[in-house]
This record gives sequence, structure tokens and C-alpha cells, in this order.
Amino acid sequence: MLSRTADNLYWIARYMERADIAARLLEVGSRITLMPSTHGYRNEWDSLLQSSGTANGFSHKYGDPVQRNLESWLFFDRDNPSSVASCITAARENGRIVRTALTSQVWDALNTAFQELRQLERTPRSELELSRLTEWVMRHTAMVRGAIDATLLRNDGYNFLNIGYYLERGDNTARMLDVKYYVLLPRIEFVGSGLDNYQWTTLLRAMGAHRAFHWAYGGEVTAAKIADFLILNPQSPRSLITCVSGVGNHLTRLAKAYGRTMPAQGKATAMLNELETTNVEAIFDEGLHEFLSRFIRDSAELGTAIHESYLSGDLR
Amino acid sequence: MRLTVDHVTCYRYAAPVRGVVQSHRLTPSVFEGQTVLDWKVTVTDGLQGGSFRDGAGDRISAWSVIGPVSEILVQVTGTVDTRDLAGVLRGHRETVRPEVYLRDTLPTRVDTALIDLSEAAEGADGPLEAAHRLSAAVAEAIAYRPGVTEAHTTAAEALGLGEGVCQDHAHALIAIARHRGMPARYVSGYLFADAEGKAHEAAHAWAEIWLPGLGWVGFDPANACCPDERYIRLSSGFDAQDAAPIRGIARGPGAETMAVRVAVCTQGQQQEQQ
Amino acid sequence: MTTYFNEMYDNGAVRAPYARLEDWMRQMPAELRQMKQAEAETLFRRIGITFAVYGEGGDPDRLIPFDMFPRVFTAAEWTRLERGIKQRARALNMFLADVYGRGEIVKAGRIPARLVYENEAYEKAVVGFVPPKGVYSHIVGIDLVRTGPDEFFVLEDNCRTPSGVSYMLENREIMMRMFPDLFRENRIQPVDSYSERLRRTLASVAPAKCTGEPRVVLLTPGHFNSAYYEHSFLADLMGVELVEGQDLFVEGEFVWMRTTEGPKKVDVIYRRIDDAFIDPLCFRPDSMLGVPGLMDVYRSGGVAICSAPGAGVADDKAVYTFVPEMVRFYLGEEPILNNVPTWQCGKADDLKYVLDNLPELVVKEVHGSGGYGMLVGPKSTKAEVEAFRLKILDDPDNYIAQPTLALSTTPTFVAEGIAPRHVDLRPYCLVGESIDLVPGALTRVALKDGSLVVNSSQGGGVKDTWVLAE
Repeated sequence: MLSRTADNLYWIARYMERADIAARLLEVGSRITLMPSTHGYRNEWDSLLQSSGTANGFSHKYGDPVQRNLESWLFFDRDNPSSVASCITAARENGRIVRTALTSQVWDALNTAFQELRQLERTPRSELELSRLTEWVMRHTAMVRGAIDATLLRNDGYNFLNIGYYLERGDNTARMLDVKYYVLLPRIEFVGSGLDNYQWTTLLRAMGAHRAFHWAYGGEVTAAKIADFLILNPQSPRSLITCVSGVGNHLTRLAKAYGRTMPAQGKATAMLNELETTNVEAIFDEGLHEFLSRFIRDSAELGTAIHESYLSGDLR
Repeated sequence: MRLTVDHVTCYRYAAPVRGVVQSHRLTPSVFEGQTVLDWKVTVTDGLQGGSFRDGAGDRISAWSVIGPVSEILVQVTGTVDTRDLAGVLRGHRETVRPEVYLRDTLPTRVDTALIDLSEAAEGADGPLEAAHRLSAAVAEAIAYRPGVTEAHTTAAEALGLGEGVCQDHAHALIAIARHRGMPARYVSGYLFADAEGKAHEAAHAWAEIWLPGLGWVGFDPANACCPDERYIRLSSGFDAQDAAPIRGIARGPGAETMAVRVAVCTQGQQQEQQ
Repeated sequence: MTTYFNEMYDNGAVRAPYARLEDWMRQMPAELRQMKQAEAETLFRRIGITFAVYGEGGDPDRLIPFDMFPRVFTAAEWTRLERGIKQRARALNMFLADVYGRGEIVKAGRIPARLVYENEAYEKAVVGFVPPKGVYSHIVGIDLVRTGPDEFFVLEDNCRTPSGVSYMLENREIMMRMFPDLFRENRIQPVDSYSERLRRTLASVAPAKCTGEPRVVLLTPGHFNSAYYEHSFLADLMGVELVEGQDLFVEGEFVWMRTTEGPKKVDVIYRRIDDAFIDPLCFRPDSMLGVPGLMDVYRSGGVAICSAPGAGVADDKAVYTFVPEMVRFYLGEEPILNNVPTWQCGKADDLKYVLDNLPELVVKEVHGSGGYGMLVGPKSTKAEVEAFRLKILDDPDNYIAQPTLALSTTPTFVAEGIAPRHVDLRPYCLVGESIDLVPGALTRVALKDGSLVVNSSQGGGVKDTWVLAE
């Protein structure tokens, strides 16, 4: 297929996943502010902004993080390229460009999300509760994802969509985890405290993994269990290993279909090998923050390799 | 006169580019005034594409270079025997009708000053004399001075400045000739300068005006003459851009710089221009 | 008072092609009609068929209004039209081959040299070059109006990239979904083979250097273009890639497409970009939409471009006047379809007539399109007419004038029920190795009461157009 078409499909997926994540961040944020805090809310919101990578943009526009401004920023603000509105608009525009590479169900789902977004934007903010907004996003991102899974041909386009989803998701799980560990809990003595548990639980909730986690592990919530669940557990839908192996699988399918292996496959395999052979102790020994920073860097390099291998159009 | 040409154009890119595509009109025209003895064009790592003669009689050759690449040399070398035909383009095979060259383009559009200048042809005894008068008027109105005009300067602007280079002279002459209903076009080529160094610019440009009975006739206001055995004709067009011997584009963000070296020599004489 | 030919009723009696629509129309209750209209709109929006209006801003996702009342031709009516359309498309192509070659028609004094060689649309770059199979205009859109049972006039020819064919196909699709019974009761010739015929036409003009199955692509200016939907729709129906300039590149003797599996050679480009933008090395150097070096590949036989660069000289409004002359000159036949009498404001006698009769005439810009920059004398105020008079006097060469034609009407659903509205017709004739026309066309309808302007940018809508089987 045209490299540009592959690129558009890949970005539909990345933007939809990013919209989903922005909504989840909003949810985490509002939950955290519901609890007593020794640092004030400001720190918690700050850390969320940092995890979305838009802290500078926010402070430039609004200054202090006030809840209402944060909601605007993460949901409606077109100046924030990662806001829900920006992501859904960009995903729909990418979809319009490659309309014929999508089924009518997928296009319908994308277009409906966009049309409803425009209605939401015209609704007075006083009538919009945060929970309604975040649920709205998750419903639509799931609808698009579901339409893709249910109706799309399993061809190269399907692979590029999935690569986009998994890459974006892995990157974001790593960022959320990093923020939680590094920013919210800078001092080691907090680890294991009640506050800590509450915040960890909130994080799990935001990832929609709260119940799944309890089914999988049971008992006390510990940092080690959460790290295992979100990094190394292949059953967890958002764990790093699930995401990397998802990218890897779809890259393998492409290599098979095209009869040709590219540098991207090697990179994904190396990342997967590492995750399969490490354990939580080793990760904590290295330092969770260091481990996650390395993962985020590797993930970006994998993205570059995918771009160069398939999306840039420079392949010969 | 036997003229040898050594013409090198060097393109450098600040950052390597994905590829380069060029369209060349670097082959001497085929007509009674010039006979090619040998002629060669090379492009560093270039892939030659199609080559054909277009309706205006120019030989066009396509080139592409596969990137990443950060420097390209286009080298033209060759020898041509030339004859003085008093500017007449005799024996040149072309199918474009002269009327096509009545159309104006941005750099050859007249303003009131150019219209005034075109009145030099008033009362001339026939089109040939009119054309000579127009050429002389341009030579008088625009003094040769490099560095005051640039590639996008229009005929009207150059006349306003009263100074310019051969491109500006040619544009001005084309503009006023067309204004008087005489088909006119821009010609690119080479010029050999004699020992006194009187001629300007080895990579040269002049104008051709179509005259009933004679066909296309060259006029070089920059040197106040008609092209003779010192001239080598390469290509023609509505204006400088349309007649450019090299048109090219690089894919990539790297800023392009260009350096040109042209030498046109005859036996025992040497002339070089940076 | 002008009387208009009503295509459904002739002195109160229903004309034959509409016989079966009479009951359908009468039996449809207002509520059902409204429901169906809403359903049609939803369908259009769902498939994404929208139309952005040049220079009007506003909603880029605006729908072009669809009128459910079909427009009908009998097989006999169509046969005559078809002969006329093909004749004209053939003559236009022969004209193009001639003026880029020996120019016999000019030498014979049948058309002024000035109109051809000094025309902005005449491309010097392709003089002497013969495109594959000698075809210049591969899709000829001919705009027709009807003034009586057997009277059709050509308003203008579109030899470059006529748009709107997606509406012809979608209108039919939607009518079949909403009113399947109508299609059982009436024997309507299908149009859905258009895309396959278009693909075949394009493939038939692959250059000689192409061996094997030609790869055809559709080149669009991009997703911001108002006709992007149509480009994407046609590419999909034909099963060819929809590319932008950035997806193609020139290397060696060929044009290549950037794919996830590496470069693929392209043989035929159906371009929906104007000449000026297709190659910055040959035309406008600032064009970002085109493919650098494309024209050199084209002129050395490495790729076909449809329509051929330079084809626009045949559909210029000043050249239009001479199309009947082309038919006689090249085919030795009398034109089956007539031109509308046209006055060239550039000619002194014509200009005088135009200025004396301005309130009765339609005046258009020579290079205008889309219904912009025109005067409809009888529908304009005195002040508008006078303002336009000054525009004409300022640049007479830029204007032509025609009598105000009594455009036929067909029944159309309007707020109050059903009323006659003026229509025109644009069939799409395909010219490749052979010449081909599907039995169908785009009917545009002026939805405003009394309006004669059918352009979608000026409040026009579209209808499904039926050609009945014998």
C-alpha cells in the first residue's frame, strides 16, 4: 500500500489511543484531588501534566494548575496537541484522507465521535460533568477499536493500525507508571504507606485494570505487584510486554506478507526479549525510573525504525 | 570560430537531501550557425532519464540523483564550430508557432515606462529596423552593472533602476517587442569574450524576435549587437525561467547553495568567469 | 412571458418516459417524502459525500442538495444525444491533436490563429508531442441544456478534469436503496459500469514503454480540495491508488509511487490537478502539489497523463464557438448538437450587440467557471446590469454573451410539494482506444424558484438521471 496511507492508518490508531489516555489522565487527576494531600493538589496535577508531556504548554497558557483549566487543557484545548479534541479531530481527518482504506463501520465510528465532539464543544461547560466527558471518550475509542477488529480485512492496513495502537499504549503505560513512581513519590519512605496504596489504586483504576489486578494477584497492593502487572504480565492489556509483543506480532505479519524483514522487526524482537527475561527485582535494582526512561527511549526508537522502514516512503 | 566550453555548476545542500531531479537544456541548438564537434554533460551519480527534442527545437534531458546526497556537480564540456549568420536562426527545426511568443509573463510585462521605451520603433522602415531600434533603446536605457538586479527582477523594475545584467536586457527587449505585436523570446547560451574582454558574461542570455521573411533573429542589447560566431545557443522560452538551461528541485529540507564556473575559449585564448 | 419546456407534462398530458412516475408522485404522502428526504441526507452524510464551495467559507462538510424526483430520458432520446456527444468528443480530440501538430484547421482559416496560439491554455511545452493513442481529453464533460422535445444546446465543453461524476453514481445508488420498487417498474439502464469503463479507458492509453498490466493512479491535489471526496470515491471504485504529488517521484525514465514495499512504477496518471501545478520543473516553480520532472518523463514516453497537459485550449469559452466548425472540418459531418449562439465581446460588432441588449443576455467570463462572475440579464436589477456593463467595457476580450435560454424544467420536490425547476445535463464521455458513454449523466437543478443557475455553489442541487431501456 501507499506509504502515506500506512502512515495515516498508523496515526488514526495513535491519536485514538492518545485521546483515550488523555481522558484517563483526567480521571486519575480528579480522583487524586478527592483525597487529603500533604503537598496540595498542585503537585499531583503537575505530575499528570508531565506524564502527558504537555506541562510546559499548559503553564505557558494558564499558569497555575486549576482544576477547571486542566479539564479545558486536557479535553477541549486545540492548543494542546494531545487533548481529546485535538486527537479525535486529527484521527478523523486521517480517516477522511484514507476513507477508502476503512470499512464504513470504522469510518462511521470515527465520524460519529467527531460530530459528537463538535456538539460537546457547543454545550455550556456548566452542563458537562467530568465523568460524563471521560466516559464519552472511552466509549468512542472503544467503538472505533471494536469496528476495526470486527470489520477490517486482515491486510497490511490492519497491521499498521495495530502497530500504532500498541506503540502508543506501551509508551503511555510507561509514562503513567513513571509519573506515579518518580514524581508523586520522590521519597523512599512513602513507599508502602497508606497514601501510596491509595494512589497506586487510583492509577490502576485509571487504566481500567483495578479489578483485573485483584483477580490476578489478590491481597495487598504492593509496588512490586503493580510493576509486574503493568510491565511484565502478558495477561494485562496495557502492560509493556503486551504492547511490545503486539507491535512485534504485527511487524512479523508485515515481514511475512512483504517477504522482507526490516530493521523495525529486529528492534521489536530485542525489546521483547529483554522484557521476557527480566523480573521485577532486576527492574527495581536498576531503578524503576531508569528502567522506564530506557523503555520510553527504546519505544521512540522503534517508532523511528517503523517510520523509516514503512511510512516515510524512502524504502527502496 | 571553434569554441570550447567548460561549464561546471555545483549544488551543495546544508543537510543531505532525499533526491534531486533536474531537467537540462544544455545541448547546443541545431542550426546553420553552429556545428557540434563533441559535447558531454555529466551529473555526479546521476541517472539519465528521457531525452527528446521539444517543439521549440531544444534538446531536453532529464536527470535524477538518488539520495541521500549533499553535493552535485553538473559538468558541461564540448567544442562547437560557429558561423556568423548576423543573428538569423537559419535552419533551426521547430514547430511552435511564432504567435505563441506574444504571450506575456510576469517578468516581461510592460509598464508605462516600457511602453514609452517601445516608441523607439515608431516610424521605423520595416520590422527589422524596428527590432534594431528597440534593441538599441534597451541598451541605452539599462546600463550593464552586475549585482543590482537578481533572478526575479522584472523588466519593468530593471528599467526603473536603469541598470542590470543580460537577463534584464533580454526581458526588457522581449517586453517591448511583444507590446508592438512582434513575437519575442528569451535565449540562453554561451558567449566568448575577445582579448579586450569587451563582452559580458560567458553564461549569457539574449532575445530573439520573429521577423516576417527572416524568421527568428537574435538581438543582444547587452552587447549592442546581433549574435555572431562568438555565441553558442542552447535554449529558448517565454522568459529566463522558462528558458533556463537547468531547472531542478531537491527533495529535502537542506538549504541549497549554488556555485557556477563557466569558461568559453578559443585556441590560444583563455577566458574565465567565476 | 417565456414558456419553458416541461419534461414531464406536455399540455397537461404526461410524456411517455414519466408515465410510471405520475402514480409514484401522487401516492407519496408528504410525511413519507420528508422521511425519505431525511434518509437520503443521512446516507449521503454517512458515505461522506460533501461539497465545499469555493470562496464561500462556512461548513466544508456541506451537502449538495439531492432531489429525489428523477429526470428521465427515453432510449430514443438518449441515442440521439449519445451520437451527438460522441461526435463532439471526437472532434475536440482531433482539434487538440491538430493544433499541437500541423495546425491544419488554423491554416484553413476555420479558426483564428490568435484564439489558439495566444491562448493561455495552449501549452508550448507539448507542441509536437503526441500523447499515447493520440488522445488528449480522456473524459469529456459536455454541459447541455434542453429547450424543447428535440432541442438540445451545448453550453460548454469540459476537456480537462470535469467533476461531478461521483454524484451521478451516488444518486443512483441512493435512489435504488430508497425506492427499489421504482427500479422494478421502470426499465432503467444501469450506470454502475462507469468506473470499470473509466479504468479501462485509462489503461488503454498506457505508454508504449509500459509492458504488462498498466498501473493507473489518480492524482489529487489533496484532502483539502473541495472535490477530494470524488477523487477518493473514483479511485476506490476503480481499484487504483489515490496519490498526492508527494507520493510520486521521478527516477530515471519513469515515475514511481512510494509504497510500504518500495517503489512501484506508475504508467497512467489520471490527474485532477491543473496543468500549471503538475510539474514545478516545467510549469509553476512554486507548485507543491505536483511531481518534479513528470513532464520530462511524459514527453519521453514513460508515463501517460490524463487529461493531456494542454487539453484546456479546446474548452476555452472563446474556442467553444468554433466546435461545430471542428465537427465539419475533421469529421465532414453536420453537428448533431448545436451550440448556443454566442457573441464575442472582443469583436466590435458583437460587443455593440451585447451592450445594446444586455438585459436580455447571459454574459460570462471567458475563463470563469462555477457560475461565478456571470450576469443573467433578465434576472438582474438595472444597477447590476449597469455595473456589469462597465466590467465588460473594461476588458471586452474577457467576456462572451449568449441569449437567455428557456431551460427545460422537471418536477422537483420543494417545500410546498412538487414544482417545476430548471435543469441542465452533464454526461461524461470516455475517450481512449475507443469512445464510450454510459447511459446516464449528472442532472443539476436550480432549486430556487425561477432561477436558471444550476451550479451547486449558487443554490443548485442534483438529481438521478434515468435512461430507459428500449
